[in-house]
Amino acid sequence: MSILVYAEHDNASLKPVTLNVVAAAKAIAEKAGGEIHVLVAGSGCGAAAEEAAKIEGVAKVLKADSAEYEAKLAENVAPLLVKLAEGYDYLLAPTTTGGRNVLPRAAALLDVQGISDISGVEDADTFVRPIYAGNALATVQSSDAKKLITVRGTAFDAVAAEGGSATVEEVGAEGDAGLSSFVGQELTKSERPELTSARVIVSGGRGMQSGENFAMLERIADKLGAAVGASRAAVDAGFVPNDYQVGQTGKVVAPELYIAVGISGAIQHLAGMKDSKVIVAINKDEEAPMFQVADYGLVADLFQAVPELEAELDKG
Amino acid sequence: MKVLVAVKRVIDAYVKVRVKSDGSGVETQNVKMSMNPFCEIAVEEAVRLKEAGVATEIVAVSCGPQQSQETIRTALAMGADRGILVQSDEALEPLGIAKLLKAVVDKEQPELVLLGKQAVDNDFGQTGQMLSALLGWSQATYASKIEKADGELTVTREIDGGLETVKVKLPAIVTADLRLNEPRYASLPNIMKAKKKPIDALTPDELGVDVAPRLSVLKVAEPPARQAGVKVGSVAELVDKLKNEAKVI
Ligand SMILES: Cc1cc2nc3c(=O)[nH]c(=O)nc-3n(C[C@H](O)[C@H](O)[C@H](O)COP(=O)(O)OP(=O)(O)OC[C@H]3O[C@@H](n4cnc5c(N)ncnc54)[C@H](O)[C@@H]3O)c2cc1C
Ligand SMILES: Cc1cc2nc3c(=O)[nH]c(=O)nc-3n(C[C@H](O)[C@H](O)[C@H](O)COP(=O)(O)OP(=O)(O)OC[C@H]3O[C@@H](n4cnc5c(N)ncnc54)[C@H](O)[C@@H]3O)c2cc1C
Repeated sequence: MSILVYAEHDNASLKPVTLNVVAAAKAIAEKAGGEIHVLVAGSGCGAAAEEAAKIEGVAKVLKADSAEYEAKLAENVAPLLVKLAEGYDYLLAPTTTGGRNVLPRAAALLDVQGISDISGVEDADTFVRPIYAGNALATVQSSDAKKLITVRGTAFDAVAAEGGSATVEEVGAEGDAGLSSFVGQELTKSERPELTSARVIVSGGRGMQSGENFAMLERIADKLGAAVGASRAAVDAGFVPNDYQVGQTGKVVAPELYIAVGISGAIQHLAGMKDSKVIVAINKDEEAPMFQVADYGLVADLFQAVPELEAELDKG
Repeated sequence: MKVLVAVKRVIDAYVKVRVKSDGSGVETQNVKMSMNPFCEIAVEEAVRLKEAGVATEIVAVSCGPQQSQETIRTALAMGADRGILVQSDEALEPLGIAKLLKAVVDKEQPELVLLGKQAVDNDFGQTGQMLSALLGWSQATYASKIEKADGELTVTREIDGGLETVKVKLPAIVTADLRLNEPRYASLPNIMKAKKKPIDALTPDELGVDVAPRLSVLKVAEPPARQAGVKVGSVAELVDKLKNEAKVI
């Protein structure tokens, strides 16, 4: 019984969520036994593969280094997963736009019902996953011989990035499916930490009123070493880019501290952040549902409270 | 170009769902049902493609119980031309639904199938990718913009780091994300007109598809509840608590 983890990376380095997926793999290995291998598929991805080889608990790294994996198009990556799946009982990927795009495609080709976004491992074939925006937790048992699973990163504590010494083995590429091609990317550039791995998040909602006003939150974020997030309403209004969205249909986060500013606390938003350790709500409406989950609530006008907060943090 | 849109009937996104006390599922009796919001976005996109002269015919398909007809009617009222209901009272999983949709695609031969990126009840987010795999077609998930050129689509996708643009060959599968468009409300005259549009009924047996589930639900439970904390009187008090009580800054 062995487990293959599909690594998320940008060829040069691994995305931190890969460490959480390996943690889920360890939880499965405790029930089912077997080795944990990591697949790094990309183009010029040697550095990412080397990094994967150092992860604690990883026995082997498979490197598929070829031009057709450069953009990680699902049409090209899925056949590779299908070929490699012969040797594995489990295929795991993070519940990211990368993992969710490719894993179901591979699952269908293998005639397997994939299991999305697991937050717990009960047994070798039994997993817990949130449904209905996290308002219910389903325990599901799979009868498929192979299990293809996406993992909710925030539900599993990352394993150590160092300490392992896995061998790196090259695997052959499967060719270009010729169905799709990559045109370009507009990635949000930021010196701040990534939302899904940040220790502190400062998030703004419709109450912020404009994109310019988010500068107030950015200054707070920089003082706290935090990432900046947003509600769907703030993204829809064009205040901030789409990748800021926290929630059921955006990113799921669980930082040590989540500061929600001018966010009402709709169930779809709560679905993405209610597992944060400490939640702060700043809202002028004392009835806002966000206060029902907040550890510390401040009923105030944000245009007063946020500058005050900045000044208070400056005091050190 | 003929367009197929897959639409799902779900518990309305704004209903607070309740877990049944016996742990067998969530309460669905006397609960407001609606079209999955991402499917509404998919239907809207199909209608806009038709208004732009790109799409010629729109077929709305739903798999599920008899009541899924209402969901198809909603799509027809928004501007779809006809409907197909694949009727099944079983709990369908994405793989089974993808197989049913493939059988419908084989009959209907559309050039484009639009789906939602995820259904807000089970939150699987798998059906589109699975259908694309079974057909051997191209796939563009999480679409926020679709443009048609000769024999291909240029699709902008919402990804974790920002936006990505891909070209996919037709025929293609596209799944809709939130920013693709804002769905219209059906007008009363269009709701009336929709009542006359045809809906064909099929069954998984007639389509020769085995939809036996692969997952069994052992238990559905409520997540641990979070206790509301305290209200603080000032920003200074907030910072003090975060530093000295919660110790997170
Ligand atoms: C299918 C679907 C998917 C969705 N997915 C997501 C998702 O992933 N993430 C998400 O966030 N939402 C999502 N939503 C939307 C969600 O239902 C809410 O509409 C959204 O979260 C509201 O954002 P908001 O709290 O910023 O805005 P509002 O609900 O408008 O709240 C604004 C808040 O700001 C406060 N405020 C205003 N001015 C001030 C001020 N000067 N000072 C202090 N407070 C102020 C107000 O009191 C209010 O509470 C989804 C909805 C659907 C249907
Ligand atoms: C554990 C489990 C328990 C379930 N319990 C029940 C239950 O109690 N009652 C019940 O009725 N069903 C039940 N189902 C079926 C379930 O509601 C979904 O129909 C199925 O799992 C698809 O998942 P999803 O909707 O999250 O798909 P996603 O892959 O998230 O859906 C994405 C898109 O696919 C398309 N799509 C999805 N489903 C359909 C459909 N039926 N028809 C047309 N297009 C569709 C839509 O365009 C949708 O936007 C259960 C399924 C599972 C796995």
